[in-house]
Amino acid sequence: MIFARRAWVVVWKDLLVERRSKETLNALFFFSLLLLFVFQFALGPDRERLAATLPGLLWLGFILAGLLGLGRTFVVERENDCWEGLLLAPGDKSAIYVGKLAGNLLLMLVVEAMLLALFVIFFNLEIAAALPGLALVVLLGTVGFAAVGTLFAAMTAQVRARELLFPVLLLPVQVPVLLATVKATEAVLLGEPLGAVAHWLKLLAAADVIYVAAGVLTFDFLLES
Amino acid sequence: MTRATSVFGWLAAAGLLAGLVMGFGVAPREATQGNVQRIMYLHVPSVWVAYVAFAVVFVASIAYLARRAEAADRLAHASAEVGVLFTGLTIATGSIWGKPTWGTWWTWDARLTSVAILFVMYIGYLLLRGMIEERERAARSAAVLGIIAALNIPLVHFSVVWWRTLHQPPSLMKPGGSAMPGIMIVALLVNFVAFSLLYVYFVAKRARLLRLEEEAAA
Repeated sequence: MIFARRAWVVVWKDLLVERRSKETLNALFFFSLLLLFVFQFALGPDRERLAATLPGLLWLGFILAGLLGLGRTFVVERENDCWEGLLLAPGDKSAIYVGKLAGNLLLMLVVEAMLLALFVIFFNLEIAAALPGLALVVLLGTVGFAAVGTLFAAMTAQVRARELLFPVLLLPVQVPVLLATVKATEAVLLGEPLGAVAHWLKLLAAADVIYVAAGVLTFDFLLES
Repeated sequence: MTRATSVFGWLAAAGLLAGLVMGFGVAPREATQGNVQRIMYLHVPSVWVAYVAFAVVFVASIAYLARRAEAADRLAHASAEVGVLFTGLTIATGSIWGKPTWGTWWTWDARLTSVAILFVMYIGYLLLRGMIEERERAARSAAVLGIIAALNIPLVHFSVVWWRTLHQPPSLMKPGGSAMPGIMIVALLVNFVAFSLLYVYFVAKRARLLRLEEEAAA
């Protein structure tokens, strides 16, 4: 119970900072918009080609926006010299991880919803029927992505070349999540039932459990100084 | 300690020599693939060493976080380097075999893909180690990454197998007994032993070098 409260304090602090500064969300919204431009220019106006690559494009957008968002997980603490403050928080340090993870998850889900809406508007998609299945796939995939991302953000927070190192470490580890989400998204968008991609959903669920558990267990080691 | 290491070195050298003689001389020419098949005697032991090396990184990383023994950290570091080397050898020998057999240097087959992902994952591990100057922080961060990377291996495996597969089905250990003649298995086993000895030798040397570097820096 006290663990959940401690995690919540971290979420609340980050949400408050974000609400007042709107730094990350505004920039990520603009970035998402630009990504859509880039996709459009790269693929041209051909509808069929777009439909064939849509699941991959969607996740490419999520991952690129996610890399930028997750990489900033500890930026407030670092730039304002609050790292020590975080370290001084009493009790189990993994509560900080859970809090940061929850905040990142929230951020990513908001950005993904924005990106999806932009896709629907600009590429004239009909996804209403696929929305529940898509939401499940996105949620499962995002938990895994954010779980490792939050951990690696802490790992690279003190490294000079962190902007470079963070994606270089995160992307290879995320290959299973990426393959599973793209395949499942493809099936869902084609109107197939979720049962047809049950093996991918199980893999995603297993990955989420492993990543979150590993994050909770190892985060403590990254915070010490 | 150094004497034990050099014993391993000499044993590895003798084993490799025996392995070459067995693989390129004694073992028969494979009927369909011809002499190209002989690269298997290097390819399969390489990938074996790579997986052993990453398993050692995993165990040594846990040991480091639990005990904070610097020897465990040096073991993880050395083993990761040797593992990356042998993963590279696996990919290189596989390409050389794949060109005449499949007609292509590279294809996104399941097992090629998972080895490639392993390769980039542990190159990332070495990059992380290289970028953190502070000795103790580098060890802790690398240990966490070593654990995550190892836990990820089964996930990578299943995801890419489901994604696609066209690789040779394993011919050594499959239900209903091996499809290989005995002499080929012997040649392969000799190389397995030789490569394993080479792994021990490399890791011992590299770990000692890391220790000496630290002592020199201190």
